[in-house]
Amino acid sequence: MANPLYRKHIISIPDFTREELELVVETAGRLKAAPRHDLLAGKVVASCFFEPSTRTRLSFETSIQRLGGTVIGFADGANTSAKKGETLADTIRIISSYTDAVVMRHPQEGAARLASEFSAVPVINGGDGANQHPSQTLLDLFTIKESQGRLENLALAFVGDLKYGRTVHSLTQALSLFNCHFYFVAPEVLAMPDYICEELDERGISYTLAESLEEVIPHVDILYMTRIQRERFDEAEFKQIQGQYILKAEMLNHARPNMKVMHPLPRVDEIEVAVDDTPHAYYFEQARNGVFARQALLALVLNETV
Amino acid sequence: MQYTRNVEALKEGTVIDHIPAGQGLKILRLFQLVETGERVTVGLNLQSRHMGSKDVVKVENIALTEEQANELALFAPKATVNVISNFEVVKKHKLELPEEIEGVFACPNSNCISHKEPVKSFFYVRTVKNDTKMKCKYCEKVFTKDIVVEVR
Ligand SMILES: [Zn+2]
Repeated sequence: MANPLYRKHIISIPDFTREELELVVETAGRLKAAPRHDLLAGKVVASCFFEPSTRTRLSFETSIQRLGGTVIGFADGANTSAKKGETLADTIRIISSYTDAVVMRHPQEGAARLASEFSAVPVINGGDGANQHPSQTLLDLFTIKESQGRLENLALAFVGDLKYGRTVHSLTQALSLFNCHFYFVAPEVLAMPDYICEELDERGISYTLAESLEEVIPHVDILYMTRIQRERFDEAEFKQIQGQYILKAEMLNHARPNMKVMHPLPRVDEIEVAVDDTPHAYYFEQARNGVFARQALLALVLNETV
Repeated sequence: MQYTRNVEALKEGTVIDHIPAGQGLKILRLFQLVETGERVTVGLNLQSRHMGSKDVVKVENIALTEEQANELALFAPKATVNVISNFEVVKKHKLELPEEIEGVFACPNSNCISHKEPVKSFFYVRTVKNDTKMKCKYCEKVFTKDIVVEVR
């Protein structure tokens, strides 16, 4: 029997069942332990970046090539026919007729869902505006599973910009299938949006709104840091707010031994460099895991069995 | 008396009554009733015993579908929709909120891909504790019903 993601579009985390999330995580683990060079042999994958995102693109393109596939595509939308006024629907119809799958990033929300309606082959969303970025969520899940040995019944703190950070929204939605407890640590202006909290309420998932980063550290297995964007505030306000959400090495003295610090990167100064040398730092391994999670996705979508 | 009846009564078509005052023209627009070329009679700010003032829309020769009637439930939940045939009411639609709604309201998110592409807008409708929310299939943003139905 084909795996449940075979020939499926990968658009949005809420589309996934718990079993499908676990399948990707487990496959990523297998590909990390024992690399495969044959799973995309003979396949051509389009890498369509209608807006630049160097890291996501390199991570996807590395994944494709490491699995033995070849890549065609573009790194930003500047030279594509979209600039000449072609609809995304037409662009995708054409590109999907050349390739076995389409990885795409686009500045507008809903672009990947729309593309999936016109594509002859699976579409993998590499980010659509402020909406979804499912491969980021999957690499986060894989990293959590790898570092904690499980996804169930964990305590996680999300820190910083919880309002605009799509990463934390998707990860919260995904982990709500695994009965985790959440601490949301953010200034009021950057608090977790109501609709996410309402979804948690409906599922009976408990969460705690916290102000102090230092106070939640001893209670969690994962400390997920995010960047607070300077552009959203005036300078004085930014300094005052951001200062409260900087992780310093000495704050980790009372952390659980298994506790890991994650961050979607790039970081600016919300994690002090001294944290890098503690056994809790896990964000560089997390970034590396992006390649394995994306390999798992591509392999599952393009192979009946992996 | 026969003369009066010809003006007010409808032989074939649909009467949408008890529309909240101010919403009548919106109904014409959303269902593109003028574009049908059929005769449309509109009454605005009519007196109503139950609702103060109301709008009424009558369209000749067009029977509003169940689906359209349900779409009406989003912004005129108390409206009545009677389909007329040979001067008789042959169907009274009971308005129920649809679970999905396609192509009637534009997505309020200006950065949503649905605006400039060859697709119809599409929302999932959900009511929790009397609060009706609409989620765009494309951008996945969730809006309160009132925000979606005001746009356009
Ligand atoms: Zn939308």
